[in-house]
Amino acid sequence: MIEAMDLTAVNWARAQFALTAMVHWVFVPLTLGLSFLLAFFETFYYKTGNPEWKRITKFWMRLFAVNFAAGLATGLILEFQFGTNWSNYSWMVGDIFGAPLAIEVLFAFFIEATFFAVMFFGWERVSKRFHLFSTWMVAIGSNLSALWILVANGWMQHPVGMVFNPDLGRFEMQDILTVITSPVAISHFIHATSSSFLFASLFVLSVSSWYLLKKRHLQLARRSIVVASVFGLAFSGLVILSGDQAAYDNAHLQPMKLAAMEALYRGSEPAGLVAIGVLNPDKRPGDGQTAFDFQIHFPFMLSFLANRELVSFVPGIDDLVFGNPGRNIEGVTEKIIKGKAALESLALYRTAKKNNDHAVAEQHLTTFRTNENYLGFGYLKSPEQTVPHVPTVFYSFRIMVILGFLFPLVCLVYLYLAMKDRIFDQKWLLRFGLLLIPLGYLASQLGWVVTEVGRQPWAIYNILPVNVAQSNLGAAAVQTTFFVFLVLLGTLLTAEICIMLKQIKIGPEEK
Amino acid sequence: MNPLKRIIAFYLDGFRSMTLGKTLWKLIFIKMAILFFILKLVFFPNLLKKNFDTDVERGNFVIEQLLQQAPSERSSH
Repeated sequence: MIEAMDLTAVNWARAQFALTAMVHWVFVPLTLGLSFLLAFFETFYYKTGNPEWKRITKFWMRLFAVNFAAGLATGLILEFQFGTNWSNYSWMVGDIFGAPLAIEVLFAFFIEATFFAVMFFGWERVSKRFHLFSTWMVAIGSNLSALWILVANGWMQHPVGMVFNPDLGRFEMQDILTVITSPVAISHFIHATSSSFLFASLFVLSVSSWYLLKKRHLQLARRSIVVASVFGLAFSGLVILSGDQAAYDNAHLQPMKLAAMEALYRGSEPAGLVAIGVLNPDKRPGDGQTAFDFQIHFPFMLSFLANRELVSFVPGIDDLVFGNPGRNIEGVTEKIIKGKAALESLALYRTAKKNNDHAVAEQHLTTFRTNENYLGFGYLKSPEQTVPHVPTVFYSFRIMVILGFLFPLVCLVYLYLAMKDRIFDQKWLLRFGLLLIPLGYLASQLGWVVTEVGRQPWAIYNILPVNVAQSNLGAAAVQTTFFVFLVLLGTLLTAEICIMLKQIKIGPEEK
Repeated sequence: MNPLKRIIAFYLDGFRSMTLGKTLWKLIFIKMAILFFILKLVFFPNLLKKNFDTDVERGNFVIEQLLQQAPSERSSH
């Protein structure tokens, strides 16, 4: 298998970015979700005056601090990689990403320097009301910070509100509101934050289950379970709704991603949604083979998901790659011709500009503008290159969705048993509860796998392929830094897990 | 006490009374030192900033890269 792998610089750079982003995403969802759970725990303390709620808040706040400290600045590593491994891309998107990322840094600094300090240092030093306000501000601020990153990511998935400057070779922001309100950015933000809230609930359920199994801190565990399961239950609804919206957006803005998620090669009307399936490993676009060795599907459901109509056409990979004139779908070959025309006119425009031949330059610029939306296709050697790795996207999507539907059921069972005071002796559930943290992480990470692998080969959708976005570096250089990161991030994760486990073992402050 | 002194005292008291926080700050400082003094300086220079002085030069370089990486055959458009 290893002989078949493409170990070029671009794949090492991809692997390095994926490694860093996935480790970063170990910390982020817990920060986003636990911050809101802390706010709820403290609100109960504020409303009831019961010191047990304060003890609960302070305990989870300690675990929040461990996760926050371990995760702090892991995102910066991604920024380093942009400047070195992805310098072409970084230059091209600098104007678009500059504003959202600057706002994110300002937000983070403002919140961390003020409300974080009050939240951690302010017990007994500021009023109860101001302390509660600070905890809510940390929760809201952390989540708003995430908005700006997801706006940047949403733009890469669906580039809007910009124009390409052919003199500077970069995309320039034309309308920040269009960038911020891009449907992809909004659905990603809601999906990423709500799934993080659900993940934090699973974390609390899991740690509480361990206490109940060990017969320690029973009241803290029971109360935490009640709040976390209600919180998890409420937000799983939003996870499902925003996931549905994301799939709808994919159908219209990134149809190839949806086709890969469903391993739908030949479009159909109506189209069914595959519940579970085993892919035919030899299947390739346009080869006429069957896509599945085995599958169970829900009839009509993919049509409904994609178009909100039970009987409607959903294009498959073959339609998108080779075109389907009957459905008015342009094939990739035609797009490659337009992409090449864009690149050629860009080169001619620059030559004419250099020669001070403004009339000719203007003429080539017009041709470029006509074809610029197909720019990225000009780099492709074959139409099949537009197809992402279908098995990765298909299986990741299935596992994520199955877990996404399992989690609310788990929350419901926990809530019911905790409310009936029967949670203490449900060993089977409590043992299963210990798996909720790894399962939650699995679902969360696979969500990003679907999003990012599903948009391959593009760094910027339809405009810039990943291999062109990369810097001109040797594979050995990127390989070296990949292993440096592997060691560094591995050490960091180990440190976090050790400190976290120690704090869980210590438990809350004595009464 | 004036408000500025109170704020400074708030932070100083907070830092002094930390227990777990001290370990976490150590973790943060070690991580930051590795990130900025080793990784950034040794392994992750910003290539375009390092190699070019002006935005025009950077832009020209990137466009050249974009055009060079295009497949050599041109369309008849």
